[in-house]
Amino acid sequence: MTPKRRRLWLLLGSLSVLCVAAALVLYSLNDNLVFFYSPSQVAEKKPGPERRFRLGGLVVEGSLKKNGQEARFKITDLKGELPVVYRGLLPDLFREGQGVIAEGSLGPDGVFVAREVLAKHDEKYMPPEVAKALKESGRWNEGAGTTK
Amino acid sequence: MATLHFLANPARFRRFSARVLPALSVVTALAVAVGLYWALVVAPPDYQQGETVRIMFIHVPAATIAMGGYVLLAVLGASLLVWRHPLAALMARATAPVGATFTAVGLITGSLWGRPMWGTYWVWDARLTSFLLLFFLYLGHIALSHAYDDAERGDKAAAILALVGAINVPIIKFSVDWWNTLHQPASIMKLGGPSIHPTILYPLLWMMATFALLFVALVLMRTDTEIDRRRLEAAEMGA
Repeated sequence: MTPKRRRLWLLLGSLSVLCVAAALVLYSLNDNLVFFYSPSQVAEKKPGPERRFRLGGLVVEGSLKKNGQEARFKITDLKGELPVVYRGLLPDLFREGQGVIAEGSLGPDGVFVAREVLAKHDEKYMPPEVAKALKESGRWNEGAGTTK
Repeated sequence: MATLHFLANPARFRRFSARVLPALSVVTALAVAVGLYWALVVAPPDYQQGETVRIMFIHVPAATIAMGGYVLLAVLGASLLVWRHPLAALMARATAPVGATFTAVGLITGSLWGRPMWGTYWVWDARLTSFLLLFFLYLGHIALSHAYDDAERGDKAAAILALVGAINVPIIKFSVDWWNTLHQPASIMKLGGPSIHPTILYPLLWMMATFALLFVALVLMRTDTEIDRRRLEAAEMGA
């Protein structure tokens, strides 16, 4: 074996060991790398009232009720839903049917008290006329693919 | 591979870049002018984001090329460590600051887009955090290659960092699929084709090609300078 070949194999060997190590670390950290929980995950895990976490999903159509600074709405992952209350300014992209992420904790009454609400943008980009045409022709499925 | 071997000789590289660089610079400048006009004036606003979508024409190309640049850095690291190519170390020194700059542009434009659209400049989700790590990996490369009095030792240490750090590149790319993140999933390179309307997609692809040209031109230019600097140092030592 020439020194070049030896160096090449040494390099490939150490890199594959490193890749396996990285994969194992990422796999074991899986729960902590998740940015938000969906309503059905919350129902499953039942976090205590003191625990802060992020809740993500789609805003249920027709669920938004504004009362001065206070906004009440429901977040769904199409399997379960959770009511949310938030006091403050909602971001530009916040609307019903859109993906949002709220940070806060569960209240004693089972309502999620949000301290911060972020809008999640989907991966679709198009001019306004195209969006309008799609909606009119009924080939529009808003919300599909925005959250997982 | 044959071209890589051919260019591995610094003197030959010098002749190659002297022929290519002037034309490449002109083409890049034209591509930037056309691309900026197309992206900032001609392209339509987005149905949700309005005019803010135009930030994407800088953000996505800068971030993509920043990741591609790190792959280049890793390939250069391997060719230095395994084949001892004399040019690889010089080119790696030329690449790292350019890559770091592209990464910084990606971070800053993303942050400026996030404030109006998401409602925050920054969150610690998997995509944003792994991309910030890319910036530090570039800075680490620059620091390591200057950390030794003996330039060769610095080159080797930095090459090892480049190879180890390359693991982060697929993590950045797939972070939006593996974990749920605030950052939206891929729009261009995904199964089922792009989910961007052609009137927005084409200027975006143009800008990506433009940023790639700009990156190559800057790296060639800086590699030339590195070669000159090494020669000058060698001459000074000899004198």
